[in-house]
Amino acid sequence: MLYNEPSPLETRVLTRRFGLPNSASLDTYLATDGYKAFQKAAGMKPEEIIEEVKISNLRGRGGAGFPTGMKWSFVPRTSPKPKYIVVNADESEPGTCKDRLLIEYDPHQLIEGCLIAGLAVDAHKGWIYIRGEYRYLIDLMDRALAEAYAHGWLGKNIQGTGFDFDLYTHTGAGAYECGEESALLESLEGKRGVPRIRPPFPAVVGAFQCPTILNNVETYCAVPPIILNGGKAFADLGVPKAGGTKLTCLTGHVNKPGVYELRLGFPVMQMIEEVGGGVRNGKKLKAFIPGGSSCPVLTAAECEGATMDYDSMAARKSMLGSGGVVVMDEDTCMVKAALRIMRFYAHESCGWCIPCREGTTWLRKVLARFHEGGGTRRDIDLLGDVAKNMLGRTFCPLGDAAALPTISIVEKFRQEFEDHLNGRPCPFEHAHEAVMA
Amino acid sequence: MTFSPELEARFEKLLKSYPPGRERAAMIPMLMYAQDEVGSCTEELIEEVARRVGVTPLQVNEVITYYSMLHRTPMGKYHVQICTNISCLLWDADKLWEHATHKLGIGHKEVTADGQISLEEVECIGACSWAPAIQVNYDFHHFVTPEKLDRLLDSIRKKQ
Repeated sequence: MLYNEPSPLETRVLTRRFGLPNSASLDTYLATDGYKAFQKAAGMKPEEIIEEVKISNLRGRGGAGFPTGMKWSFVPRTSPKPKYIVVNADESEPGTCKDRLLIEYDPHQLIEGCLIAGLAVDAHKGWIYIRGEYRYLIDLMDRALAEAYAHGWLGKNIQGTGFDFDLYTHTGAGAYECGEESALLESLEGKRGVPRIRPPFPAVVGAFQCPTILNNVETYCAVPPIILNGGKAFADLGVPKAGGTKLTCLTGHVNKPGVYELRLGFPVMQMIEEVGGGVRNGKKLKAFIPGGSSCPVLTAAECEGATMDYDSMAARKSMLGSGGVVVMDEDTCMVKAALRIMRFYAHESCGWCIPCREGTTWLRKVLARFHEGGGTRRDIDLLGDVAKNMLGRTFCPLGDAAALPTISIVEKFRQEFEDHLNGRPCPFEHAHEAVMA
Repeated sequence: MTFSPELEARFEKLLKSYPPGRERAAMIPMLMYAQDEVGSCTEELIEEVARRVGVTPLQVNEVITYYSMLHRTPMGKYHVQICTNISCLLWDADKLWEHATHKLGIGHKEVTADGQISLEEVECIGACSWAPAIQVNYDFHHFVTPEKLDRLLDSIRKKQ
């Protein structure tokens, strides 16, 4: 059973098998063009595979949006070292719950994506790093891997192509930071998940000091359709410079929350109104997070005319991010929202860089004081000041991820902070109680 | 230290999954799977895993303190984890959390006197579109209301 009803406005490429009987089985996969892209890729030169991915305009789906084909081309194919494929399934960006479904409903698509990546960079081994909380998916993935091995889609001389590839699952143990690529590699090697200094980038020095391709689940899952139907067909689904679709997790105050596959460039307001069934309880939209809690928040006015793609969000000084959309209605207390987001980053900061470790903790304390009614006027500027001093001063993006939403909320919703001053109770708690009653 | 044959088989497979000389990579998965069987990361378990992957117990400890799912003391037989992060908060997860603490009479990372149920306020568990969400051990429960949580806790109590 699917978690939510599909929407007729979806463009189902990566999710096209969702809802089929036994969609996770090898039989269903093979009956629906499964592993055909691998067989096609096995007859292509590695450069041709990478070129096709470049033509598709596929950009990394984990949040950073780096062009995938370019990332793959950085791997030194002629290096005498082994090359590795690593899948980032450490989905933990608040608001994001899509990779879960890609593994649950179509694990072989992910395996096939890894195989094609292996062909492209001459890698013969890979790991799927799955967050510890997703134990049921690790078990499910292990079964899919065993099935693929049993039928010759993994292991030695796959389907007579002469290509060998081994793929394993690897469990995380509860750490948001391990979704950051270099921290993930540290964790994969059995260490604390603290980020590495870059350069060198993982493409050159990655897992176990070897050249490594590290991409998000959704990125790998996009590869089989790209190879099978051509990069251009995928590119045409999106916008210039960003091809294809994006799995979008509608969360928060909408009538029909759920995960929907929408073409890149889908209008934000149409997504909220038609895909999500509008804001809950007929309320007005107040704030919008496009792709996980690290993205700067947009006001309702900024959502008008905005589309779900990298450039449209960048023009509004935000990011497309991971696809974790958070919709907040007019009764939402933005101080409370900022506080909860900051509690998260303070908890998850690995402590390696002082601006992040201290900055997140102080922002949490000041926001908590504010929400409890003990804030002062100076605190409003202090929040922005502390956050701005974190920007760009950390090894990994977690510091920025904490600072950016805070800066945007303080700037765009300053009046709500003023309204909380001098011991006044939160003006929204009461309105909220009335709705719930 | 002895483990079940299933766990031993899993360990054997794990240790072979990484490049030669990189057995340390198996440490975190070994701790996670062993913790489920043993109940927590005990001194004995730490020493055993350290020996098998070729590091010192201190190096294992250093890793355990970093990861929120690895713990040195046992949680309840049923570990109830309530997400209160932003998407769940917007569907009143903070009230759900308060309800759970009152109902069980325990707080964050505490265990009921009979050792059966423990409670933890957790960060995003990746169920944001089906909020508010909780996990009992590894099982997900979506769209959880206080009433639904009561029924769930009652059914756990009845199993005992």
